[in-house]
Amino acid sequence: MAKERKGIEVSLAIAEAVGQADCDLISAYPITPQTHIVEHLSEMVADAHLDAEFVPVESEHSAMSVCCGAAAVGARTFTSTSSQGLALMAEIFFIASAMRLPVVMALANRSLSAPLSIWNDHSDTMMVRDGGWIHVFVENGQEAYDHVFWAFRVAEDPAVRLPVALNIDGFIMTHMIEPVDFEDDELIKRYIPEFRMEKPLHPDNPVSMGCFAMPEIYSEAQMTRERALVDSYATCVKAWEEWAAVTGRQYHPVETYRADDAEYCIVTMGSLGETAMAAVDELREQGEKVGVIKIRLWRPFPFDDLYRAAAGKHTLIVLDRAISFGGPGGPVALELRSALCNSPQAPVVVNYVAGLASRDVTVEDFKAIILGGKAKSAEGDVAGFTFYGLRG
Amino acid sequence: MLEIRFHGRGGQGAVTSAELIAVAAIGTGKYAQAFPSFGPERRGAPVVAFCRVDDKRILARAKVYEPDVVVVLDSGLLTLIDLVEGLKPDGILIINSKRSYEEIMDSCQFNCRVGIVNADQIAQEELGRVIVNTTMMGAVIKATGLFGIDDIRGPMLDRFGPKLGEKNMKALERAYNELVIKE
Repeated sequence: MAKERKGIEVSLAIAEAVGQADCDLISAYPITPQTHIVEHLSEMVADAHLDAEFVPVESEHSAMSVCCGAAAVGARTFTSTSSQGLALMAEIFFIASAMRLPVVMALANRSLSAPLSIWNDHSDTMMVRDGGWIHVFVENGQEAYDHVFWAFRVAEDPAVRLPVALNIDGFIMTHMIEPVDFEDDELIKRYIPEFRMEKPLHPDNPVSMGCFAMPEIYSEAQMTRERALVDSYATCVKAWEEWAAVTGRQYHPVETYRADDAEYCIVTMGSLGETAMAAVDELREQGEKVGVIKIRLWRPFPFDDLYRAAAGKHTLIVLDRAISFGGPGGPVALELRSALCNSPQAPVVVNYVAGLASRDVTVEDFKAIILGGKAKSAEGDVAGFTFYGLRG
Repeated sequence: MLEIRFHGRGGQGAVTSAELIAVAAIGTGKYAQAFPSFGPERRGAPVVAFCRVDDKRILARAKVYEPDVVVVLDSGLLTLIDLVEGLKPDGILIINSKRSYEEIMDSCQFNCRVGIVNADQIAQEELGRVIVNTTMMGAVIKATGLFGIDDIRGPMLDRFGPKLGEKNMKALERAYNELVIKE
């Protein structure tokens, strides 16, 4: 493929990127709204446009199992799922990171049942937040395309060797046709070095992976896992810098928009960040000193980037798209409160939950949330969280 | 920014209309979005699809609530749904119907510009079947001036192949020429 701008469905752009990354194995089970990604990959393999194994399976549990086996022999490995599929996959999801297998997964974020919903929010990904994977969020088709390469580049780096979940909002992203700048195959080939497992599974040189661990070693195993994830931050940033050097598109763990002199910032994660930008533009015209802070890297959590973005802000108004039932707020707000609580002059954190199951959060809604958060902060009404826009 | 809402029934290709217009607009250097009203596909049920076109990057990630253009693929929807909901004051409603403006206004009160084209007949004659999504795109191009007919030829042929694609282009061109707009 040559460098070209295309109007394309984001799911297809992701599948094409997996092809350009010269993926060796794809194993997946179809589930809305992820379906178009793996459907297209299946076509690419069947039409011999991509020289890879496509392993259809009977469940997501098997899909991740196949991916783990493939990565263990040194194959570049991809899968994709959503919601209930991720729930069924969860057992092996945790094992992939513990065994340091660099699987890349497009996680087309969708609400968890019940009630049954095929629409988008972040309840599925929050279920596996503590699964030891690198989690990145994107907010448009270009970012989704770019981050397929970034995900392979980071996951397979010998200094990292961890699976990466590329979180893309279901429907809002996966079913959107929009412009995407494709890069040429040679550039991609240079960006992602060949993947070599130092000690692959091979019948000639038997190794044991995923062993039983006695209490004497379990904690140490978890410590190395924690350290690997925390240390992957440096490679995440380096891989973004390398991407910027060849494409001009620069990404950061935490990104801001009109936030430098802002007193109040709306904090988002995922595709609604752009709508928030439009709302901030309108509020700025009315004289409000507001900005946007966007969390791109969710795990490992970019504490220092957050501290820099939050410095000097009066209040952060966090939009969560999932609930920690019975807890003190949505997952992103919990993270920010916890990260900021001991820092001097920490901003106030106000938390809204909105956009569950793809309920629209429009520019007008964002304006109401930002101004509502400002008012709550002034009143000291900042504990817990507020459901935005509940009916009745 | 120009915002379009398509009304059709599941299986009539409203999403394809939105998609091809977006792809053609992107091909002319513009920014565009096209997306369905997300949900399970239900053949025959009323569905909507959306399209946005702008000269600059589009930030909104929400449905179109105040369209400039509403396109109706299925005239059976005219009295079933509030088609002009949110339509901007200077917007236009484009209807596939064999009926005249006066006949339509007997049963509907549209207080806006209305474009009418008999896409059923055009599609039947040019394609041999009453699938009007590509035909109606000709009416949209005419009413909006978004781009020229030639700008959509590439995306159309990519989607349907050279033979069927050219037939669809013929239907599209006829709708472009046969659209009647009443102020």
